[in-house]
Amino acid sequence: MNFFFEVLIGGLLSGIMYALVAIGFVLIYKASGVFNFAQGAMVFFAALTCVGMVDKWGVPMWVAIPLTIVVMVALGLAIEKVVLRPLVNQPEITLFMATIGLAFFIEGLAQLLWGSQVHKLELPIEDVPLPYLMEHFNIIVSQFDVTAAAICAILVTALALLFSKTKVGRALRAVADDHQAALAVGIPLQRIWAIVWSVAGLVALVAGLLWGARNGVQFALTFIALKALPVLILGGFTSVPGAIMGGLIIGASEKLAEVYLGPLVGGGIEGWFPYVLALLFLLVRPEGLFGEKIIRRI
Amino acid sequence: MLYREAGQFKTSYQSDNQIFPIRQDRIALFALLAAAFVGVPLFASPYLLSAILIPFLIFALAALGLNILTGYCGQLSLGTAAFMAVGAYAAFNFVARVPGMPLLVAFILGGLCAAAVGMVFGLPSLRVRGFYLAASTLATQFFVVWCLTKIPYLTNFSSSGVVTVQKMQILGYSFETPNSKYVLVLAIVAGLALLAKNMIRSNVGRSWMAVRDMDVAAEVIGFRPLRTKLLAFAVSSFYCGVAGALYAFAYLGTVEPEAYNLDLSFRILFMIIIGGVGSVLGSFLGAAFIVLLPVVLNIVGHGLGLPTSFASNLELMVFGALIIFFLIVEPHGLARLWQVGKEKLRLWPFPH
Repeated sequence: MNFFFEVLIGGLLSGIMYALVAIGFVLIYKASGVFNFAQGAMVFFAALTCVGMVDKWGVPMWVAIPLTIVVMVALGLAIEKVVLRPLVNQPEITLFMATIGLAFFIEGLAQLLWGSQVHKLELPIEDVPLPYLMEHFNIIVSQFDVTAAAICAILVTALALLFSKTKVGRALRAVADDHQAALAVGIPLQRIWAIVWSVAGLVALVAGLLWGARNGVQFALTFIALKALPVLILGGFTSVPGAIMGGLIIGASEKLAEVYLGPLVGGGIEGWFPYVLALLFLLVRPEGLFGEKIIRRI
Repeated sequence: MLYREAGQFKTSYQSDNQIFPIRQDRIALFALLAAAFVGVPLFASPYLLSAILIPFLIFALAALGLNILTGYCGQLSLGTAAFMAVGAYAAFNFVARVPGMPLLVAFILGGLCAAAVGMVFGLPSLRVRGFYLAASTLATQFFVVWCLTKIPYLTNFSSSGVVTVQKMQILGYSFETPNSKYVLVLAIVAGLALLAKNMIRSNVGRSWMAVRDMDVAAEVIGFRPLRTKLLAFAVSSFYCGVAGALYAFAYLGTVEPEAYNLDLSFRILFMIIIGGVGSVLGSFLGAAFIVLLPVVLNIVGHGLGLPTSFASNLELMVFGALIIFFLIVEPHGLARLWQVGKEKLRLWPFPH
């Protein structure tokens, strides 16, 4: 039973990491209706920029992080100006494809600037089992994972407050509801988009640092964006709580399936299990757990 | 074009409905086909044939398959490479396990297997659309590649799924030189492209386009969405499956499941974006562009004396930038540029 809980908790915690990437998607999708495939590339770019500054220029970590934030904001502004603005009023699918191109561009740029070798990222959090749980329940849970979850919780709370309490947040929600109406009441659409992309860049930085500290900063980071897709399907594309719930479900079920079902069929099912789970889920509820009901009219 | 259709009067429905209604177009097409079938194998170097023209034709076929699904039926798919893998491995198995299996029949059976898999994974398209569908087609991609690595029966019990495909033989003639391979691939691609062009003009193609433009409306006027969408998935997967089989038999020779990874799916998606979504010609133009771009960049990189890693990253960037550029400047791709150019030339030199 202990083993079951260990796997479950491990899965839930890694699910939070998926959720972190998924939130980046949700933010942009909510505000601009763009399905940003480049989120994974942004995670990679952010982590690599931060580590690259530390490794190549020898700046300390606490300087590198704010500098990376500046870079990510600049990137967000540039994307808004160069890619999104000329594509206003294009169908969603065109914007989606543009972000695939953007993903390639950012991946190439990141490796061009900082080289393509694997970097190690040291965060001041140790990857050891929590002593309390270890002693009382005999369950091994990594301290690092718990800290990551806590950081994620803080981030989500901050985002929730930003969305509900500030003027910018209200403008964001207005834009998400209806671009044209928001424009009509005088909300500067372009500035809102720039803000959203910058915030998504920040979320990408947090995700990149946590994932990078876990697995090393390498090209494979771009693939976690793909892992975020089933999370989005489960949670719905437009809901931040949905992204978190979806992340938890995907993380837990993926690890449990790997441990209990994997040996029956030869292992390695982690790669596709989340997608098939999400697929089956879609057949029952096409708009996800918390997504807005899709109404189609002629 | 520089010529006009003046004087070519249609006196029957049949002649009014033909694929290429203008005589000069027909002549140009026959000239092109003759050059491709006779001229190119006679004069092209083996490198040009086996490194550029054969992959170009194979990718064009796969892009055509995806274009049927995405361009004409409006269902975005990221699982193209998976369908290609199904076609390749199915053809391999048919040739390996059935004694005396003719090669072309094996290709067709491979395509049909891909079509069956495509229909299964196309089922969600009835409930979901757009990005949800794109994300769920990723399931196909990962699941199929996983199956091919993990189920030894599918790869004839070779280690880690790597198989060496059989020699191509039709009626005792074996296709071993680049020239003969090229002609075989060209014949298959040309035949299937003609079939696709006709299918799109028929009621089937029109029903796909109706579903693409607005599926609720299409349902109201009497197209059954289940049949239409699944047919699109089946036909598209058939084309991709045949392309995958050709990719294995005529190009790679030795294949592993990883050859059909997500990257290949994306490349084929790019081909139809750059070439033109919803255009048969666009599939060919896009494939040519994507096959030639790395070659050109490589030559330019070598010319400038750039280090290899730098050049490969630069290639990624140029690739991404070009896609964005095309989407901004001409969302309908190279095919539309061609069309616009043709219209301009038709009026030239008196545009008013």
